Amino acid sequence: MKIRFSLNGSTTQVEVPADRRVVDLIREDLGLTGTKEGCGAGECGACTILVDGESRLSCLMLAAQLQGCSITTIEGLAPPEDGSLHAVQEAFIEHGAVQCGFCTPGMVLAAIDLLKRNPDPDREEIRRGLSGNLCRCTGYVKIVGAVAAAAAPGRNPEAPREKKESL
Amino acid sequence: MNQVLLPGSLAELWQALDIHPEASVYAGGTDLLVQIRNGLRHPTSLICLDRLEELKGISRQENGTIRIGSCTAHTRILVDPLAQKGLPVLVRAIEGLGSPPIRNMGTIGGNICTASPAADTLPPLYVLDAEVELRREHGVRRLPVRDFIVGPGITLLQKGEILSAVWIRQPVEYHAHHFEKVGLRNALACSVASLAALLRVSDDGIIEKATLAWGSVAPTVFTCPEAEQILIGAPLSLEKLRQAAAIVRRDVSPITDLRATAEYRRVVSGNLLLRLAQWRTNPAAGA
Repeated sequence: MKIRFSLNGSTTQVEVPADRRVVDLIREDLGLTGTKEGCGAGECGACTILVDGESRLSCLMLAAQLQGCSITTIEGLAPPEDGSLHAVQEAFIEHGAVQCGFCTPGMVLAAIDLLKRNPDPDREEIRRGLSGNLCRCTGYVKIVGAVAAAAAPGRNPEAPREKKESL
Repeated sequence: MNQVLLPGSLAELWQALDIHPEASVYAGGTDLLVQIRNGLRHPTSLICLDRLEELKGISRQENGTIRIGSCTAHTRILVDPLAQKGLPVLVRAIEGLGSPPIRNMGTIGGNICTASPAADTLPPLYVLDAEVELRREHGVRRLPVRDFIVGPGITLLQKGEILSAVWIRQPVEYHAHHFEKVGLRNALACSVASLAALLRVSDDGIIEKATLAWGSVAPTVFTCPEAEQILIGAPLSLEKLRQAAAIVRRDVSPITDLRATAEYRRVVSGNLLLRLAQWRTNPAAGA
């Protein structure tokens, strides 16, 4: 099946079986190995990508579903030409939010989705926003700190913040 | 499996179902694609409802009933003002469903049709007396969700038919709109036991109406008219709730699985009721 979609800003056309999983299409066919596969069952968030700006799990999507969509993988956040990184990526480095790195691409994309919906989240809202992404190394504290810092550059991410009213 | 069809309109859907009557139909794919991967299902073709805008959206009907299109993603329901204001018990259940990306992908219609004993939206839809709208090429019918679900993974959906919407009357006569789920963790956790409850309580604390439904403690959602009858007419007190809880523990039929033992589920399904004693003082217990 011929599928046309936008991948990290470039129009892409591929000829793949319609039932190929999106994670396999991205990693195996297109060679973008930043997207990881953890559980393959929607329970870990490692394969998170943005589809039309919203976080989705590429292990639970079939290639046919990409037709006409705009997708962003971790590679799309920082064009290799200019060496710059996305603010969330910068914050992950700055705050030591990466250990083995396997969950990082999914975490970063989930954080971007969260910040788009809620540009000024408190730590509880960040924890909830990242609750679909498992990390087995860091204990999450530094990841939450990094996202808080990316939301408000200059803010001390460890400082407790006033609790907002419940949603 | 080879074919994946992505109809863009209901007309295209009926055509696809006509040509591929054996196809598995899915919306978010968060259950079906896992089942296929685990070798539990082997469809030769798939029809994805993701592009059917006609099946998405939340609207208020003239009589105040809220209609939710079956392919409305959980995330959309969470942020919808009509749902937030009119259906708090459903919104509270969806807040704890899966995870943010699962809620972005999964839909209310999918959650109903999967008919899992642990489905998070089903206990609220039972207490709300929701109806499902079932559509085929030449016809529409409506059924109470309580009748539509007949067993674990089994519904009255017929070949050539899809679930197109859910109709929910706003429960304006109730004061407490309560949902609580017990899982092994807060996110990405299949429920071990859950309770949805609507209570109407008079100014002097007498329960005037009560409707209760439990998830994960029986093959389908468990309801308990006997426990409701014990509560109705009685003061909302821990003592009365304990009496009702004893009936619930007696009548549930839970199983032991990797998440919990049957005995634990039996105890918890009764205990979940006790939280209702706090609803006036603790909004988290159902405001």
